[in-house]
Amino acid sequence: MSAIFKRELGSYFTSPVGYAVLAAFMFFSGIFFYVQCLYTGTTNMSGVFQSMFFIVLFVIPLITMRSFADDRKNKTDQALLTAPVSVPSVVISKFLSSLFIFALCLLSFVIEGVALTVLAKADWSVIIGNVFGMLIMGSAFITIGLFISSLTESSIVAAIISFVVNVLISLVDTIGYTIHWAPLNSVLSVLSFQGKYNNFALGLISLSDVVFFITVSCLFLFLTDRTVERRRWM
Amino acid sequence: MIKVSNLTKYYVRNKALDNVSFSLKEGEILGFLGPNGAGKSTTMNIITGYLSSDSGDVEIDGINILENPTAAKKKIGYLPEVPPLYNDMTVKAYLEFIFRLKKVRLPMKEHINSICEKVRITDVRERLIKSLSKGYRQRVGLAQALIGDPPVLILDEPTVGLDPQQIIEIRRLIRELGKKHTIILSSHLLSEVQAVCDKILIINKGRIVADELTSSLTGTGSSTEKLRLIVEGRKQQVQSVLQKVDGVVKVTDMGEAEKGCCEFTVDSRRDVRRLIFRALAKTDFSILEMSPVEQSLEDTYLNIITGKNETKEEATDVSDI
Repeated sequence: MSAIFKRELGSYFTSPVGYAVLAAFMFFSGIFFYVQCLYTGTTNMSGVFQSMFFIVLFVIPLITMRSFADDRKNKTDQALLTAPVSVPSVVISKFLSSLFIFALCLLSFVIEGVALTVLAKADWSVIIGNVFGMLIMGSAFITIGLFISSLTESSIVAAIISFVVNVLISLVDTIGYTIHWAPLNSVLSVLSFQGKYNNFALGLISLSDVVFFITVSCLFLFLTDRTVERRRWM
Repeated sequence: MIKVSNLTKYYVRNKALDNVSFSLKEGEILGFLGPNGAGKSTTMNIITGYLSSDSGDVEIDGINILENPTAAKKKIGYLPEVPPLYNDMTVKAYLEFIFRLKKVRLPMKEHINSICEKVRITDVRERLIKSLSKGYRQRVGLAQALIGDPPVLILDEPTVGLDPQQIIEIRRLIRELGKKHTIILSSHLLSEVQAVCDKILIINKGRIVADELTSSLTGTGSSTEKLRLIVEGRKQQVQSVLQKVDGVVKVTDMGEAEKGCCEFTVDSRRDVRRLIFRALAKTDFSILEMSPVEQSLEDTYLNIITGKNETKEEATDVSDI
């Protein structure tokens, strides 16, 4: 398992993808930090975290697009699936390497936190809570991206579909505002990623939100495993 | 060592494999022969656990690939039709990755070095795989199959893309590996299978059409014997003498070999060399040359494949080979 994890991680940095993702994430996070903290003179980073939600929607498909699609295209899945490793361990290794890259992106908030500490008194509990919240929401988006990547041979197609799906997920709240039928509204609010994430951004970490994201992650890891396994029977 | 029983596989509605069974003892080399799309790669993919069959079983050293895939896969080294190479890695990093992936418990550096020397890729170890030529890529593919020293090797067209010198080297290597490993290799090249393998399996349209020892396929594969004959004398007279010889089935005129001499091929049911000699000596025709025409594997192969399916499409497939 660690062999696949290391190889996947290495592959982000033998191509421009890893650098591009890190650079884009840190660039936007830096801009939002400047505008919403430094320029307005506040130590409250909630606004930065809320704004970064949309950047996450863009960045995660770039992280996950190649994971399974490229293996299929280059037939390297034959090396993985004929090796003495199980399909779930392949899926989990790929998931962990994607999550690791995403976690590296989140380091930008730590740097910003340090900058705030130098200038004023930063509230580290809020920053750490937020980074945790974003990581756990990111993990749900990553598993969705991995699942989509396992459905196609083209990493570009995987990226586009993942992006569209991510945007649709974020629209759940917007759709919710326009519908005035209570049962559907409550279903939509359960499915909402952004609503839960905004709670995190405001410093409210509830167990049910955490469980929600973990459940989504597990569900899509399972579906990815099934897709890879099913291909053997086709 | 390898036991394949009643494999059947459908791709949607197409039957790719139809009741394929064979077995292989330890240390044997099996050649897998057949036209394009016959089911060679599918069979290999099922044996290695990459694909699953719709029915049938595969056992590697007594371990069922479906019941205990991890243990079975540990015993197999596989070189697929397209070598599974990561283009963004160096040869060394890739082989180290495969070493760890296969959870090999040998000293890594020495093991990889010895394999690199075996397949002659030591000089490109530090290069990125994407910059390698097809021949080198094929050899890196072979190297990854050898990692972990698995008792069973499955090689899907191992010499594709190599130059003649490399082909000879790889064949020699495969023969050498055959002393310690059980090998299944597929090939379009009949001469290769003939040169390397102990057993041959001919597969066509998903079915096994011949499963025999190489010697029996090439030697007594046909029921008739064939002789090539050059005789001094008039063509028609010689031909009529030959036709009267007991046991001769057919005399084919091959034209004039040299001035005053004619060439024939003689098909017979048994060894008629002595009878021909006496008959021609009696009628005062001199035999200048008489040699048995050994039926090559290619002839047998064509007979088997086209004999069963005399369609035009088959014929073009075979002529490609």
